[in-house]
Amino acid sequence: MSNAFAAAVGDAAGATLSRLPGAGVAWLDAARHAHLSAFLRDGLPSTRSEAWKYTSLRALEQRAFALGDVDAATRSVETRMLALSGVDGPQLVFVNGMFRADLSRLDDLPAGLQLQSLAAALILDADSLREAFGTATTDAFDRLNATLAGDGVVLRVMPGVRIAAPVRLVFLGAPAAVDLAWHARALIVLGEGSELVLVEQHGDAGAHAHLGTLVSDIRLQRGARLHWNVLQEAGPGAVLIRRSAFRLATDAVATLHALELGGALVRHAITAVLEGDRARFITRGVFAPGGRQHLETRLDIRHEARDTASDALWRGVANDRGRGVLHGAITVAAGADGSDARLDNKNLLLSAQAEIDTQPVLEIHADAVKAGHGATVGQLDERVLFYLRSRGLPLEQARALLTSAFCRVALDRLDPAPLREHFAARLARHLPRLAGDSEA
Amino acid sequence: MLIIDNLHARVAGKGILKGLSLAVKAGEVHAIMGPNGAGKSTLGYVLAGREGYEVTAGTVTYDGTDLLALAPEDRATAGVFLAFQYPVEIPGVNNTYFLRTALNAQRKRRGEAELDSMQFLKLVRERLKVMQLSPDLLNRAVNEGFSGGEKKRNEIFQMAVLEPRLAILDETDSGLDIDALKLVADGVNALRAADRAFIVVTHYQRLLDYIVPDFVHVLADGRIVESGDRTLALKLEEHGYAWVAGRQPAAGAA
Repeated sequence: MSNAFAAAVGDAAGATLSRLPGAGVAWLDAARHAHLSAFLRDGLPSTRSEAWKYTSLRALEQRAFALGDVDAATRSVETRMLALSGVDGPQLVFVNGMFRADLSRLDDLPAGLQLQSLAAALILDADSLREAFGTATTDAFDRLNATLAGDGVVLRVMPGVRIAAPVRLVFLGAPAAVDLAWHARALIVLGEGSELVLVEQHGDAGAHAHLGTLVSDIRLQRGARLHWNVLQEAGPGAVLIRRSAFRLATDAVATLHALELGGALVRHAITAVLEGDRARFITRGVFAPGGRQHLETRLDIRHEARDTASDALWRGVANDRGRGVLHGAITVAAGADGSDARLDNKNLLLSAQAEIDTQPVLEIHADAVKAGHGATVGQLDERVLFYLRSRGLPLEQARALLTSAFCRVALDRLDPAPLREHFAARLARHLPRLAGDSEA
Repeated sequence: MLIIDNLHARVAGKGILKGLSLAVKAGEVHAIMGPNGAGKSTLGYVLAGREGYEVTAGTVTYDGTDLLALAPEDRATAGVFLAFQYPVEIPGVNNTYFLRTALNAQRKRRGEAELDSMQFLKLVRERLKVMQLSPDLLNRAVNEGFSGGEKKRNEIFQMAVLEPRLAILDETDSGLDIDALKLVADGVNALRAADRAFIVVTHYQRLLDYIVPDFVHVLADGRIVESGDRTLALKLEEHGYAWVAGRQPAAGAA
């Protein structure tokens, strides 16, 4: 390995591994070392790799990140940043990847909800997490995360329990003397017939250029329902690489809403395996890069059982030199008869230099399957803009109004209402800035 | 209020208006009639400021200022309104929200207080008396799924709310049946006022039975070739546009 990125990982890993939570647990040490050597052997992928075709890591490879933030516990964060009106359930806050009990809310958890930081869980009962760390992977960031993740979330909802108040997971980047790397992991299990609303937020408490990785393993047992809402407003210098892996048993339903607005280089790979009959996975979202932002969302949805359904609806808007990528792969495996799969991705380019790559991939190996996909890339309609201006709307306001209308459908079904309003407000705040100052 | 002098304009490199002159005073209603391709719609777009409609010669003075120097939104703020021949559909934008945003954008630029939603709803209810429009249409996306007649009525309704000083109606009668035509004409007549002027662009005389103009002009090949009072429209109806074809431009229209 000759690049700065891997060299920094290699140099620091030895010392880091011995002080990570769970160090000394034999199987965990072995797993971490195995992941580390695989990472150091293969390094970061190039754009020759199909999964990284649209996202180049060459600039990232030349950067060195310090592992972990020794001062994370004392970095100041304005609590105002954490306010979310109408939502006051449990919350876990992480600053530069480290759990901050002082900013979190874990008192009086509702009955049937187990919620703790990963560090605490690793210290108390590492063995219960063995499966999550043993997962075979070939992805460089998964390996990095499995090697170095020392904190995160362990969440379990007991069978039959419905948790009314949304649970928030907040990841904040805070300024530090050097660029930092943090790695967090979320392990989430919804028991049979249970229900949960989750909010995952990414933001910053001041300018920084950190790298964060987050790997989430989400299992829904029979008939469980999960509403997962992601508000990604990472700081303008942030690199954020995430994987959310869903597994759904019979009659389970997961709904993912995501707004991808912040960060410099951001990738979210979402995999969903519909393992049980009639399981449903719904994903809706907006990605809106401006400046030189690069925002990639990858969907990999596998129908493995009968009468399963997936519905993906995404809107992309790019301005300036922003680049958006939506890869949407749906596989209907042999035997998954009667499945219903939909993918709808419409995109809007607001400047001549902006780029959006949309790549729907549909693979069907079963019978009586309904499948549909549509992907378009277009521009604002000049006739409509003129119509709005002729009624008195300034050009920038007209562009923002049309852009917002274009995206609205992606949030229509977000529940509960206070969250939908909050997400809509964040999007409404982002779009005029995005649509307003086009360089075109 | 409006003085158009020797206006030349082209679209996609092709000359459409070729020396059009017209003067409109506050309180007047001018009808502009002409065959297809005479430049009627081009005149409306040039006055409203649509991109791609390039003025190559002549001037347009509105209230003493150079109208052509203003952006479309500034013309609207100054009181110019174009009722479109083909109103566009805007999926995802609620009709009422759109209209309130437009009105408040104009008010803000004029330095007037913006209306809150209650004040705006009150105004909408008042104006609905002028132009009957189903409340259902107000809550739909702008013009989306509207019939041809509903779109035209929506244009006049917008006009009633925005209260322009100079309204240009571009073939507002096209595609309307007689009932819808009367509704639209009633809406326009209710807005006639001493400080407001209308330019009514139409292909047919029929609309002018209901919106009675003070002046009628015939536009042919980019110029006004004949001007007169409302009887000119009747003459045209009788003789057809062939009657004016080949006539020289009228000396100093209206």
